[in-house]
Formats: sequence, structure tokens, C-alpha cells
Amino acid sequence: MHTFKQQWLGNVRADILAGIVVGLALIPEALAFAFIVGVDPRVALYASFTIAVITSFVGGRPGLISAATGAMALVLVNLMADHGLQYVLAATVLTGIIQLILGGLGVANLMRFIPNSVMLGFVNALGIMIFITQLPYLRGNDAMTYLFAIATLVLVYAVPRFFTAIPAPLIAIVVMTGIALMSGVSLQSIGDLGKMPSSLPTFFFPDIPLNFETLKIILPYSLALSIVGLLESLLTSQVLDDMTDTPSNKNQEARGQGIANFFTGFFGGMAGCALIGQSMINIKSGGRGRLSTFTAGVFLMFLIIVLGDVVVKIPMPVLAGVMIMVAATTFNWGSFKFLKQAPKTESLVMLITVAIILYTHNLAIGVVVGVIMSSLFFVAKISRVTVTSDAGIYRVKGPLFFASTTKFIQSFKDIKEKEIIIDFEDSQLWDESSVGAVVKVKQKLEEEGGAVTIRGLNSSSEQLYGKLL
Amino acid sequence: MKIAVAIDGSENALRAAKHAITLAQYFPEAQLEVIYVADYNKAKDERLLSQSEESLLLKRKQKMDPVLELAHTVGVKVKTTMLKGNPSQEIIKYVNTEAVDQLVIGSRGLNAFQEMVLGSVSHKVMKHVDCPVTIVK
Repeated sequence: MHTFKQQWLGNVRADILAGIVVGLALIPEALAFAFIVGVDPRVALYASFTIAVITSFVGGRPGLISAATGAMALVLVNLMADHGLQYVLAATVLTGIIQLILGGLGVANLMRFIPNSVMLGFVNALGIMIFITQLPYLRGNDAMTYLFAIATLVLVYAVPRFFTAIPAPLIAIVVMTGIALMSGVSLQSIGDLGKMPSSLPTFFFPDIPLNFETLKIILPYSLALSIVGLLESLLTSQVLDDMTDTPSNKNQEARGQGIANFFTGFFGGMAGCALIGQSMINIKSGGRGRLSTFTAGVFLMFLIIVLGDVVVKIPMPVLAGVMIMVAATTFNWGSFKFLKQAPKTESLVMLITVAIILYTHNLAIGVVVGVIMSSLFFVAKISRVTVTSDAGIYRVKGPLFFASTTKFIQSFKDIKEKEIIIDFEDSQLWDESSVGAVVKVKQKLEEEGGAVTIRGLNSSSEQLYGKLL
Repeated sequence: MKIAVAIDGSENALRAAKHAITLAQYFPEAQLEVIYVADYNKAKDERLLSQSEESLLLKRKQKMDPVLELAHTVGVKVKTTMLKGNPSQEIIKYVNTEAVDQLVIGSRGLNAFQEMVLGSVSHKVMKHVDCPVTIVK
């Protein structure tokens, strides 16, 4: 328990300060994500509060910030449009159960199998989609709308040049909202689109029929949410491990995400996961322990209840300006260089992952297809086997397994020599197919009256060969 | 005597390192230290552009390699230090606590846009470091 105590009390001052900064930084995005799903801001703000507070206790990566996120919001859009809020809440509860089970099964160990080309596709598509969701707040509006959005963007990028203690988006929002109120221009504001919460969230059961029909509706969404949430949370954990040079328990983090989503659904919040941007702000501000995440969640709720009447006055173009910055930071601009330098198959996997996500509007489908594609490319790549002959010695190069045996067998089609040696020094037998292929080649040549010697098998190949023969 | 050179893997930083190595050759008793700061702001993008933790570690190590090679060919011994955080802050903190006698740093780094937004690392370091600083063009 010593370490648990340290995770809470090892860095109190810096954790509280960083938590306050992160609590502030969570608000604009939570509002924007609520509008993406088409729910009341309360649904995202309650979610951010409960998810942050719960993961601070049960998460596996101290200092990680989890709340309502854009990736999860994008998955929920259709469910909300077709079936309404109660189903969104039910899907959130089910997502929690699925993530808890997956975490229990050790899902984090599978992260290794997701190549970075797929992750790049994921974040790039996410950035593009967040950008697209902001366009309706700008397009077709008057010049003043554009002016405010652009001024916000300029502030967001210029302010850090001089001042970094408070997140620039927040400064931009305060300044631009102040200008809007004082100049009296008429802009669409947050209050025009939804209500602010005035109390803490309460526990209730989503109002849905508990039957198979409901499950059929929410299960596909919950599965997608589970994948997307775990992917982003585990990626963020990795980034934080690297930044802080400390390890984390990824399976515990997966279970923690599950527990958080499970309860969040009952408290009227939408599904969430780790936020890369806010987690990095936390670390940069000095946050390291669980207390920072806890403080962020509590401070967010406190601010919303106290300042709710002011928050509704934030003009939508200002929020859109901030979100365009968020989209630009989510997008990995190094990807263009990656496309030029990486092997063609990896570039292709990234582009296809992006294309599928943009086409289906479903981050999970893109990731699954991307992983399958890259696995196939990988198998194809390592299944290259070559056989070169020199004076009756046939040298095999490359691993021999189910995907490479055909090529191996073909290489021994027209053998003229009577006595040959097959040398496996640069090869390895991996499975039944490989042993079968060697036996087949040997038999065929011996039937034709030749003699075949096998040599150079390494010990594990030898063992497999002996066992299966 | 402790001479330190802060590098970021750019051409400019390599020129700075060359100068630091030359200095170290003039002072046979001097200890040369190469500092590389893995920038917090790039932590996400660097992780995404690497296949794994291990390949990220290798990429960072490779940023120092040309300098180490250079020092090795002229027979100068080098100590390497990898830090993480905000580059200018980390360099300042390290140089001031480790009692470095002379810091060498390149005048500009890799990314012109970031420099415009965040200001130049060498400029900030120069203002807040206690020891003499040589800024190499």
C-alpha cells in the first residue's frame, strides 16, 4: 500500500496545481464533444467529472487524464440520432462491462499487435473528423463569425509565445467572450444550444426496455466504444510512461476505464476515455500522481456549477476556433514525412485506415481493418523464402511456415542432381506445414532415385522435425 | 573543467558539437558532456512515428551518435545525458545544478515554425544560464 499512498500524496502541491490547470482545459472540449454527439452539455460535463474522479482511484497510470473525448463522441453520433440519450447511457454502461472483461483478460498485451501505421491512421482520421464537426458552426454564417473564429485561433497559437502557465485556449476563450459581450455582436452562443448543469450528477437507471432488442441496438456501439476507448487510453498511457520514465499497469488501466464508464452511464454521462492533450498538459504542469486527475475532475465540476451562467455566454465560433486547434494538434503532421520514408505497405495501411474511418465514420472499423491488413502484409513480408543452389548444395533462406512452403516446394521442381544437400542454416522450421514440405520434397526426390541429406537445422527446428516425423 | 554541448539532432547542433569538441581538445583535463532533451511537446508525435518504445529509444540515441563518433575519432571522451521536458528549461536547470563551466549550443534548431511560436531555445538558455555560453551559427 506504500506505493498507493505515494501515488496519492507523493506530489501534493504540484498535483493540485496541475489538476486545476487540467480542470480548466477540460471544459471547452467537453462542451464541444457534447455538441458533436448532439446531447446536452451536461451529459459530457458529468461524464468528464465522474470518469476523471473514478479513474483517479482505479486507473493503472497515475497522472492520466480521462474524461469525455472526441473519439468516443464520434462513435456515439448515430446512436444518439437514431435512438436518443437513454440508449447512449445504456451503451456507456455496456462499454464499461466489456472493457472491464477485456482488461481482466489482459487486453493491453494485444497493444503490441497494433502497428504505428494504424495508430497514425487513427489519430489523423480523428483530427480530420473533429475539424469537420466544427464546420457547421462557421459555414454559412456572417463575417463576424469567421472573424471571431480566426481571432481565437490566432490567440491560441500566439499566447504560448509569452505566457504558458494557463492553457492558451482558456485565455483565448475568456478574451474573445469578453470582447463579444462588450461589443454586443450577435453570435450563436453555447446557451443557444444547451443548458448548463446546476447540480452534481445523480444516480439513475437509463430508461430503456431491458430486452434483446435493446442489446442488439447498443452492442455494436459498445464494442466500437470499447475498442476506441482502450486504444486511445493505452496509447496515452504509453506516451505518459515515456514522458515520466515510469511504468504503468495497462491492464489495470483498461479495467479502470471499464469501471469508470460503467458508473458514468448510471450518472447520466456519455462514454469517455483518456485524453492525450489534457494528459500531456497535466505532466507538463507538474502533475504526476492520482491526486492530479482527481483534482481535475472535481475542479471541473466546481467551475461548472459556479460559473455555469458565464459559460453559456461563450460564442460558438470561439469554441469552434479552439476545436480547430485541437483538431490540428490531434493530426500528426509528421505523417507526410512518414508517407515518404516508411515502407510502402505501412503507408498504405495508414492511408486505408484513414480512408475507412472517414468513409464509415467509425474509428473502430478503421482500426480493425488496419490491423488485419498490416498483419497480412507482415506475413507476406516474412514469408519470402529463397533457395539457391551451388554444386548440389541447396541453401534455404527465410523462415519456413504455412505461408512460405509453396515457394519452397516449387524451388525443388526440376532437380537434375542425384545427390543433394538441403542446408537450413539461414532458415527455421516453424510448424507442421514446414516439416511436411521438407518431407514432401525429400520423398519426391527419393522416389525419382535421388538421395537427399538435410543439414544445418537449428535446435528448435530439429526438435520439431524429430517430433513430427 | 566541465564543457557541455546541448544538441537536438540538427545540422546546426552538430556544428556546435564540433566546436565543443575542439574546445575540449585544448583542455586535456576537461570533461565533455553531450545533452539531449526529449521535448515533452513532441512526446505524442514521436511515439506515434516509432514502431515501439524500443525503436523510439533507439531513434533518440541516434541523435547523439554523430557527435559521439566525431569525438571518438579525435580521442575526446564524452559523457552523454538524456533529459525529458521543455528543452530550454531542462538545459538551464541541468547546466546550473551540475556546475557546468562552459555551455555550447547551436543558434537554431530543427523547426522554424515552432521557434516563431515558442521562441528560440538558445536565446532563452543564454539569458538564464550561470556559466559563459557559446552560441554557434
